[in-house]
Amino acid sequence: MSDLNKQAELLHERFTFAGTGEVFSFTTLQEPPEGFEEQAPYVLALVKLDEGPLVTAQLTDVDGPIEIGDRVEMVTRKLSTEGGKGMIVYGYKFRKVLSRA
Amino acid sequence: MRDVAIIGVGRTPVGEHWGSSLRMLAADAINEALKNAGLTQVDALYLGNAYGASVSSQTHLGALVADYAGLSGIEAYTCEAAEASGAAALRTAYMAVASGSVETALVVGVEKSTDTVGGARVMARNVSIDADFEAAQGATITALAAMLMRRYMHEYHVGLDVFEGFSINAHANGGRSEYAMFRNTIKPGRFAGAPLVSDPVNLFDSAPDADGAAALVITTAERAGDLVPQPIRIAASSAATDTLALHDRSDLLYLKGANLSAYKAYQQAAIQPSDIDLFELHDAFTILSTLTLEATGFAERGEGWKLAQSNAIGLAGDLPISTFGGLKSRGNPAGAAGVYQAVEACLQLRGEAGANQVANARIAMIQNLGGLGSTAITHVLKA
Repeated sequence: MSDLNKQAELLHERFTFAGTGEVFSFTTLQEPPEGFEEQAPYVLALVKLDEGPLVTAQLTDVDGPIEIGDRVEMVTRKLSTEGGKGMIVYGYKFRKVLSRA
Repeated sequence: MRDVAIIGVGRTPVGEHWGSSLRMLAADAINEALKNAGLTQVDALYLGNAYGASVSSQTHLGALVADYAGLSGIEAYTCEAAEASGAAALRTAYMAVASGSVETALVVGVEKSTDTVGGARVMARNVSIDADFEAAQGATITALAAMLMRRYMHEYHVGLDVFEGFSINAHANGGRSEYAMFRNTIKPGRFAGAPLVSDPVNLFDSAPDADGAAALVITTAERAGDLVPQPIRIAASSAATDTLALHDRSDLLYLKGANLSAYKAYQQAAIQPSDIDLFELHDAFTILSTLTLEATGFAERGEGWKLAQSNAIGLAGDLPISTFGGLKSRGNPAGAAGVYQAVEACLQLRGEAGANQVANARIAMIQNLGGLGSTAITHVLKA
């Protein structure tokens, strides 16, 4: 194996996150790109995962104000649609951590 | 390496050019720049264009534009680095001439942004953010700028109103230039209440998508002196990068690429930030102006906005910025923006800036960013 390949292997290690973190910043989009119109306006956030990294993702199931520092957890949701007969893309979003009843 | 100078400038007004195509805009700017330099032929043409593929369904602009401008046969191709494409083309031309590979080169930045509207335009401009980890989540460049701005406001405990000076200054200067897209003035106190685009970014904060083309003719400094009375020397040319995705930055509120490219430029030109008479920075959003001033040595971290609180950034201030309106008022023709900055800086250094003239301008810095600083290309020009 060449040194370059070794370096790439070291840099890109697979890792599974717990899927929990907090809102680091956020915005509400009024002008969405194609494929996201039916969800607009929607909330996009930078989520700081508990393990450290930031990730860009939508906040979903939003009812009420959002603040920097809010605890969130990952959920699987529909991200976008490519027209009436096109692909439906699923992926990760985050929602506020629900309090346990 | 040979010394390099700019000997011709040209530009179209910035706006919605529904009656002109990419090739027509580019040729208009090229013809003006060639005439300005007193030349009819060059050895190479380097184009800056960001969204030709996604807005105009057109790539391969080198061959297209060279032929349409009557220069068929010469070396010609596009340099792409999102909104920094124009500066990338200038730097490519600089390297070609400095190296001795090319004697005289044209640089043209050209963009047609307004031939699409709504979600299609947002989609077309979204190709320059991280497709897999940002665009796939529904992010846009404006939304990413908004999250950067909100975090800045949170960490430094400032309100939206502290950013208004950047837009007021840009529109005051753009109002004096017939080449600017939006020449209206913004009254103090009106900024924070403007309609939201992606909160906290509003209409008075973000630069408008625009059409336009700007061009430069460059050659060796030695040859330049024989051709024109006032060649403008390129004293520094440097490029640097930061992560493409905003979320991958270890220090979100610091424009590492802007810092690296500016300090390389200071070293090349053997100057300090305080030597600079005017700075055409990349004011696509007021948060970018703020963070740029912090990254390039004009303000401490968390205090870039303070320069916009005083008259420091005005035409008569210590550090005039956006002297022809910047991206905010002149308009943001994406891949052409960096070439407009260079044209405007040349006019300032020649003393040909008219109502926008900065008195006794000798040294100008221009910095063109791709996205939110993922690419940063800096040039220092000297009279």
